[in-house]
Amino acid sequence: MAVEGIGARALRKEDKRFITGKGRYTDDMVLPGMGHAAFVRSPHAHARVKGIDASAALAMPGVDAVLTGDQLVGDGIGNLICGWMIHSKDGSPMNMGGWRALEPEVVRHVGQAVAVVVADTPAQARDAADAVVVDYEELPAVVDAIEALAPGAPQIHPEAAGNLIFDWEIGDEAAVEAAFDNAAHVTRMEIRNNRLVPNPMEPRAALASYDDAEEHYTLYTTSQNPHVARLVLSAFYNVAPEHKLRVIAPDVGGGFGSKIYIYPEEMVCLWASKRVGRPVKWVSDRTEAFLTDAHGRDHRSEAELALDADNRITGLRVKTIANLGAYMSLFSSSVPTYLYATLLSGQYDIPAIHANVKTVYTNTTPVDAYRGAGRPEATYLLERLMETAAREVGLSPAEFRRRNFVRSFPHQTPVIMCYDAGDYDATLDAAMKAADYDGFAARKAEAASRGKLRGIGLSCYIEACGIAPSAAVGSLGAGVGLWESAEVRVNPVGTVEVLTGSHSHGQGHETTFAQLISERFGLDTDAVSIVHGDTDKVQFGMGTYGSRSGAVGMSAIVKALDKVEAKAKKIAAHLMEAAEGDIQIEGGELKVAGTDKKLTFTEVALAAYTAHNLPDGMEPGLKEGAFYDPTNFTFPAGTYVCEVEVDPETGKTEIVNFVAADDFGKVINPMIVEGQVHGGLVQGIGQALLENASYDENGQLLTASYMDYSMPRADDVPSFKLTTHETLCPGNPLGMKGCGEAGAIGSPPAVINAITDAIGSNDLAMPASPEKVWALYRSAMREAAE
Amino acid sequence: MSKVSMVLNGKPVAADVEDRTLLVSFIREVRGLTGTHVGCDTSQCGACVVHVDGKAVKSCTMLAAQADGAEVVTLEGLASGGALHPVQAAFKENHGLQCGFCTPGMIMSAVDMINRHGAGNLDETTIRHELEGNICRCTGYHNIVKAIKAASDQMAGMAQAAE
Repeated sequence: MAVEGIGARALRKEDKRFITGKGRYTDDMVLPGMGHAAFVRSPHAHARVKGIDASAALAMPGVDAVLTGDQLVGDGIGNLICGWMIHSKDGSPMNMGGWRALEPEVVRHVGQAVAVVVADTPAQARDAADAVVVDYEELPAVVDAIEALAPGAPQIHPEAAGNLIFDWEIGDEAAVEAAFDNAAHVTRMEIRNNRLVPNPMEPRAALASYDDAEEHYTLYTTSQNPHVARLVLSAFYNVAPEHKLRVIAPDVGGGFGSKIYIYPEEMVCLWASKRVGRPVKWVSDRTEAFLTDAHGRDHRSEAELALDADNRITGLRVKTIANLGAYMSLFSSSVPTYLYATLLSGQYDIPAIHANVKTVYTNTTPVDAYRGAGRPEATYLLERLMETAAREVGLSPAEFRRRNFVRSFPHQTPVIMCYDAGDYDATLDAAMKAADYDGFAARKAEAASRGKLRGIGLSCYIEACGIAPSAAVGSLGAGVGLWESAEVRVNPVGTVEVLTGSHSHGQGHETTFAQLISERFGLDTDAVSIVHGDTDKVQFGMGTYGSRSGAVGMSAIVKALDKVEAKAKKIAAHLMEAAEGDIQIEGGELKVAGTDKKLTFTEVALAAYTAHNLPDGMEPGLKEGAFYDPTNFTFPAGTYVCEVEVDPETGKTEIVNFVAADDFGKVINPMIVEGQVHGGLVQGIGQALLENASYDENGQLLTASYMDYSMPRADDVPSFKLTTHETLCPGNPLGMKGCGEAGAIGSPPAVINAITDAIGSNDLAMPASPEKVWALYRSAMREAAE
Repeated sequence: MSKVSMVLNGKPVAADVEDRTLLVSFIREVRGLTGTHVGCDTSQCGACVVHVDGKAVKSCTMLAAQADGAEVVTLEGLASGGALHPVQAAFKENHGLQCGFCTPGMIMSAVDMINRHGAGNLDETTIRHELEGNICRCTGYHNIVKAIKAASDQMAGMAQAAE
């Protein structure tokens, strides 16, 4: 390796173990004497549990125990929680129903667990789970959020009358009314954001053990935030006090939000490990993942944009119904509110915005944050509206957007957010240039000569990352602070260990974070180790989601590095009898400016630990910790251009060109950032073209395996052209904004704008399957002919 | 129970296993080689791809007993004498992996793809088509395609140099 600082395309330190088969994921862990869990799950979307007969299962070979919800409740295990309180516009708190890890009374979605079997082998556990007889009384079910709100709909939780969880609003309704009263033009749309399943390639897993001598639990699990898992398991679920519970998230195979939450299965494994007196392992199969991993999106909205005579936006009015599924997952209430409606201003100067959001219980899998979480929903709504309005008023989509861009900063939107920095013209220009926007007409004509319909679509997204200033989110209802912590330990030999509360599950922290140290001290990145994912090693942390590991996690490291550097300089100054202010760190050495006096970083580290000659009163050692609490959100933004060809005979869409121009602020490792964008883009393109969680009217998930849920594959997507424009974020020491979610946020509207441009018809819902596109194009042709 | 014997990564191995034991369970649980992953159970995702008698096979789709007498190579057996296989090296050089979970199957499929088409004979369209049986959720495939193309071209160069 080498000294690879900020901006270097450093190859990943973590790769060697993954490309040689030495990664260590939860399912790879083996503990002596461990048993295996299999869950007994409801085949019904809504049913009363009248009885559970485990006698046949208990008599099967290898079976230790069949545990049910009554025993769980009897042992004092708490309900699963939602960690963000939202109040309805009338001031009343959200109507949250109870959620037990094993349900003893009423199951509310297909796949909900009612019992768990522990046996010697996974196959024995599964066989025995099939032999547990559950007597269900089926109840009527409802899967659609609008139907769930209708009078007479099945009542899902007694706490939420009419299945309404909350009826929330943001913005100035009267100002918006006035804007619409005086509008020269109004664009109206009904917009649906389809339900998705996150699908990290590693299914969730847990391996729990209990040491009865120490009364201590250990949980290996697939978590994006092991400390938060421990906190919730301890403080709310009453599994064990925090100092008696170690949570380890080893290598984790992707998360995308779905591994933030503390699910029933992980908690049940912990509880069962004490109950049965042996370690208990559970590994989700893919269908269980489809049925129980928190889903994403699922919004139905009405949106209206008011324009004045100069086509400047004067108002935006949005009504959204968000389906939260059968239970309120950990952050489910914040996603369609503060992570959604606060971004409705987009990149535009909109003087008045009002949004009303109703969240609804249905007999479906719980819905929570999935890559982007609320921000893709806001971006899709606004960017479909912008493109449509441009078409209606006869302006080019680029010109219409330019006319409304925010250009001075800081910019206070009418929906809480205060944008700190950006240059939206620059990313739009960069994207249009890279996409050869001006050459589109010629390409369209050429495609037409081959019988293909060519279309181009724009999307100018903004997101709020760097989640989040603790006091700000606390005032909005969050149950936790969203700072991050770090500790920098310099060893006596001058190597460095960085302990971070962030968690890497594909993001490459072991490399990017090491680059910070390499930059600061001129050390080889091989002299740096990043330690994460273990509550016994790292004191605390809030984990990785919401593109926060750079802007928040690395800011904490920078703070700790500042302290280490200050102490190292003091020691060096003392040893070289120089003034502290004259010490410079360069190339792994501490030098006295203007002289040839110098000490290596290693010599200073060793001096700190031998402590034979330290400045008066200085403590030995070279190790510092820091907590960093952001002062504001960060605001990554950019423009995506999608160009498609639609085959009018089949309705099949091919993406022939896709450009992303992003402003992520300071980029530490461009290679890793590009990888994040590629992956996000394909998840967004998947949403636009392929993916949809589909339920039948009885609440059966029709898309519960890869045979039925259409994951984007290599031949569904193109290679991408990426470009960046950097405006530094003024709110954190490195000027970083975050890059993890942008691709998934910005791409769906670009794709749908392109297809609707190609077929000349606008009423297209995601996913734009060939069947839908073909039918829409045919009906548009028929209408045109009439 | 059946007695299953095979040559696994060059080493003869044998074990008595339940008849229903899948090849992937034999590799992971009986032999403790956890570099081969299970991502879907329905032969769709390809995280479990290994080579059986030189051909890429989804090891979640095959019984261990069906591999009796076969020569099986997993990701752990791909590097030789401490040197990475060119496909492994290319995945690192081109950032063709993020979380690493699909990577074992991707690399084993890529090696098989290059073997079948001949080094240097892969273009982007072919690679994307050939990857139809391997799902990745992190990389958007962009850098995986790049890595396979680079490895294929590099292996062609190596073959030429050897001639």
